[in-house]
Amino acid sequence: MNRITIIKPPWELLPVVAFLALWEISARFHLVPGQFFFPPFSTVVQELFHLIVNGVLVENLLRSLIRVLIGFFTGASAGIAFGVLMGWNEVTHRAFHPIFSLLYPIPALGWLPILMLWLGIGELLPITIVFIACFFPVLYNTITGIKGVPRDLIRAAEILGASRLKILRTVIFPLALPNIFTGLRLEAGMAWRVIIAAEMVAIPTGIGALLMRAESLIRIDIIIVCLILLSVMCLSFERFFVFLEHWSTRKWQ
Amino acid sequence: MPTIELSHISNFICRDISLTIQNSELMVLLGPTGAGKTTLLNIICGLLPYEGSLLFDDEPIDHVPISRRRIGYLFQDLALFPHLDARRNITYGLWAKGLGQDEIEARLFEMCNLLNISHLMERYPKDLSGGERQRVALARSLAPSPHVLLLDEPFNSLDVKTRKYLRLELKRIVKRLGLTTVFVTHDFKEAEEIGDRLAIIDSGRLKQAATSQEIFFNPNGHAVADFLGSPNIFDCTNHEVLGNGLVKTECGGFTIIIVWEDKGLNKIAISPEDVYVSRNEPPGPSINRFRGTIVEEVSHNSMVTIKIRTKTKDILARIRREDLIAENLTTGSDVFFILPLRNLKGA
Repeated sequence: MNRITIIKPPWELLPVVAFLALWEISARFHLVPGQFFFPPFSTVVQELFHLIVNGVLVENLLRSLIRVLIGFFTGASAGIAFGVLMGWNEVTHRAFHPIFSLLYPIPALGWLPILMLWLGIGELLPITIVFIACFFPVLYNTITGIKGVPRDLIRAAEILGASRLKILRTVIFPLALPNIFTGLRLEAGMAWRVIIAAEMVAIPTGIGALLMRAESLIRIDIIIVCLILLSVMCLSFERFFVFLEHWSTRKWQ
Repeated sequence: MPTIELSHISNFICRDISLTIQNSELMVLLGPTGAGKTTLLNIICGLLPYEGSLLFDDEPIDHVPISRRRIGYLFQDLALFPHLDARRNITYGLWAKGLGQDEIEARLFEMCNLLNISHLMERYPKDLSGGERQRVALARSLAPSPHVLLLDEPFNSLDVKTRKYLRLELKRIVKRLGLTTVFVTHDFKEAEEIGDRLAIIDSGRLKQAATSQEIFFNPNGHAVADFLGSPNIFDCTNHEVLGNGLVKTECGGFTIIIVWEDKGLNKIAISPEDVYVSRNEPPGPSINRFRGTIVEEVSHNSMVTIKIRTKTKDILARIRREDLIAENLTTGSDVFFILPLRNLKGA
């Protein structure tokens, strides 16, 4: 039997196209005051292409990306590890909860001045900031996930003869995954937001630093290129974790 | 299979409960919500702390860990692992105990045949119907070959028809395997149908442990009688066999026909909710139909208990409020009432 595939028109792209067209027209025809600060979309695309070709964008993006990846994975791993320990073991929870609840409300960027003095201006500084930004939310989402596993499921595994470690590995952790993924998804975007801020303030390389240089040279087109890139990176990271969550829990959720 | 002996068991809910559950017996713990039935089940399982002593075949097991008590437990919400398919749910206990793959497969095959669930193996709990979930959960608790099976109101969420069917199937299975079984419910009819004996629990105390018939005809105190719904009990003086399993008997001014094939009929009982009441004379043969006057009405939420006075005895009937209004049944009205044949219990 022939299958008829109906391709739906991508209507959701329409507002984006309309926005870009409006942008292009209003900049080209000087409809917005201060045209110097408002380059047309085509100029931004041209600059994007130029920055890719001369390697500036790739080099800065790679630096930011490496920092985000290291900071994010170490922070998230530590958050998951501590979250599992604190969610599973009441003694560990009591031991660490007071200190973590004191540190959690401090915004990651609030650590910047003290970390600059302690660590100096180097690669470790932005990585540490990203680490802090990711650690706490992932930690608390993991604790919530672990504690949210229904008591009867743990009891059922216990009665069936599973050891505490087996219960943790085969029942509690898999069932806490949706919560853990929520934390990871939110913080994947947050990692990019804080790395840009850290690079703007204290680091001479990376997308944040490129933004600051563009600002001092009054290169609005480069600033817009960087912002678009930042948006794409945040979105891609978040989408990656949405996909991962769906992939790992699709059969039973 | 072990004989379970609970000796002076107490904890924050249970108060000095002593009860012996015989080898391969199906004991039902019956009582209202919050009576302490599940707590007692959890004590037997080893999930809750308690004072007193718990013995399996005269051996104290108070300090034996849960995993070594050889207990199968069916939770009220079944507690199937949502992230594992039916196959891995059923084999979880075998895997946890470190059995070899061949042994696991053989046991799985056995469980599939016993419960007729081979076709469900690849499905996740969310894709199973209520009845299928019950079967998979039962298979999971039976797979590690327990000696004791504990069931905590496992059929609560099912429709009446499926409940009845699964109840009978459960009874067949536990009897076939010879398991010592403790079944918790708050439904007397369910308890009566499934249990060898019933233990009535109320406010953390054991009120009575006996067969359903003994309890129904001789409730030990008001609490038990109230829980059973204060059945109408008639003392019978003589009876005449009518054939086809029917017996006509005289019970204090009432001539009642009942399905009865045993010898000696001393008492007849009927629950108030089984008594049919009408303002007008009901059509049909005048068997088990009587007249009386309503002398009292007592409301309990959507139900109303009415007391019908006859020349010789007061009869209790429990009907829905809307039926009471529709039939215009008020205190002082003369009414007809029927004791339906199939709802009469004899002893």
